[in-house]
Amino acid sequence: MSIKILKPGLLSTIQDEGRYGYQKDGMVVSGAMDKIALRIANLLVGNAPHSAALEITLLGPQLYFDADHLIAVTGANLSPTIDGQPIKLWRPTLVKKGAILAFGTPVLGCRSYVAIAGGYAVPEVLGSFATYLRAGIGGYKGRALQADDILNVNEPDARLTTYWRELELPERTGNYNQATWSPAPELYPTYEENPTIRAVKGPEYELFAESDLTHFRTEKYLVKSESDRMGYRLQGSPLSLTEPKELLSSAVTFGTVQVPPQGQPIVLMADHQTTGGYPRVAQVITADLPKLAQVQPGKYITFEEVTLEKAQQLYMQQEQKLEQLEWALQIKMKL
Amino acid sequence: MKQQDLASLQMYPLGDAAVVLQFGDTIATETHNLVRSFATYLQLHPFRGLIEFVPAFTTVTVYYNPWILAEQDTLSPYERIQVLMLDMLRHLKKESQVYTSREVNIPVCYGGKFGPDLAYVANHNHLTPEEVIAIHTSGSYQVYMIGFAPGFPYLGGLDERIAAPRKKTPRAVIPAGSVGIAGRQTGIYPIQTPGGWQLIGCTPLALFNPNRKQPSLLQAGDTVKFVAITPDEFKQRKELHVH
Repeated sequence: MSIKILKPGLLSTIQDEGRYGYQKDGMVVSGAMDKIALRIANLLVGNAPHSAALEITLLGPQLYFDADHLIAVTGANLSPTIDGQPIKLWRPTLVKKGAILAFGTPVLGCRSYVAIAGGYAVPEVLGSFATYLRAGIGGYKGRALQADDILNVNEPDARLTTYWRELELPERTGNYNQATWSPAPELYPTYEENPTIRAVKGPEYELFAESDLTHFRTEKYLVKSESDRMGYRLQGSPLSLTEPKELLSSAVTFGTVQVPPQGQPIVLMADHQTTGGYPRVAQVITADLPKLAQVQPGKYITFEEVTLEKAQQLYMQQEQKLEQLEWALQIKMKL
Repeated sequence: MKQQDLASLQMYPLGDAAVVLQFGDTIATETHNLVRSFATYLQLHPFRGLIEFVPAFTTVTVYYNPWILAEQDTLSPYERIQVLMLDMLRHLKKESQVYTSREVNIPVCYGGKFGPDLAYVANHNHLTPEEVIAIHTSGSYQVYMIGFAPGFPYLGGLDERIAAPRKKTPRAVIPAGSVGIAGRQTGIYPIQTPGGWQLIGCTPLALFNPNRKQPSLLQAGDTVKFVAITPDEFKQRKELHVH
């Protein structure tokens, strides 16, 4: 069972939740930019939430299915179609042999996830399937997909058969059939074009000039076009330290807002380096990372400061929702 | 670990899923030893909810899963992690065992095409290339941390007599394994990258290999010694680099 890549799209890579445990070796975590969308995509096809899925960026690929597959598309709305027919996101979808999944105009968001029952068969490197492009490690041959690549798919869980048959049922028309239900919208992330992103104070917050911090907390920042999986370069009210200070390198992570000497902040994203020496003004809360990952270059974000306590409450609410969803789906899919 | 060692300890969050333990403010042997001891202790005694940790010059950053830490009690995840960290420091203090540092020899072929800037470094310091090699190989270098790129060691302990400024125009490509000098730092490039260091030699060893159980050859806390080898030995010992 496999998928043939007819067109690769702008940047299509295999990702999972990330490669943890090797940052002390300088190894970058990588993984999905929108981890919640990845996890839900996997749950919708009966996979373990951390399985590998395809992350596609703005302009999606064209994929040809050489057998029947159960798939789900989540995350950004990049106008997915099967054989030219628009399909719904966040839904288990049965595709028949010969079907072609394609994408059109980006409507909302930046990154979409295609999960497939059984998961993509790529070798595990240091405990993860995630692609780290800069070092050519993991995923499909360590690189983004290209035309004519063949992505192999693992055998799906045999317990999925009952559910699979249900999707085969009524009078299926054409080359696919989508489930009549999808998770309640409050269970998955909502995206906005120009979102407010909540953050807690970074370790060097107090080193910045108070007037600059006021601007930082209230004004909008442009996500520049040079933004990528490593970091979002922002453009807006500059930040400067009250007095110059040389910092020693220390750990940085997904969502760290660091400020190089020129004053324009950079938010580190999934492919962030493991350590850095720029002052860290803020740290985006985990619960808002999916929203941030979906901001298109050229759009704006506004930071809102929250307490650590609040950030951790939101973290737990998000995990709780996913756990609920996992239970509900297990019943629905008779797993 | 002694009581007064922890007098300057600071603990602060890095967002909602990481805590930073800072053992000092400057690059110093005592601080480095505390970082190394704590990192080793964490490695040997992982707790439920620990994701991973990253040692640096003066800090150990501990990544944790707040969802798991909140499971059993009424404390917030951050309160819980602070309690856990203080417990660990207390245990560490009681341990009589001293975590010794590992010594790693790095073979280096100096000069020629392996180290095109050896002559520059020699001239800059009014030395002969042989003297530069002798000084570089006689030193013992502390791995303060791994960062910047997979397997890249931040090394301390370069002899001032062979310090040299960075190149004004960085090279577009520096081969993996290159050993360089930049100011008072010496380092080894694990992967092929652009860079401005003065290159004095090259090691045949792969500093980073994702197919090894421990992908980085060097770990924070190691002590490095450079050993001069001939071009023939270099050829024999050449390991495959990733990119």
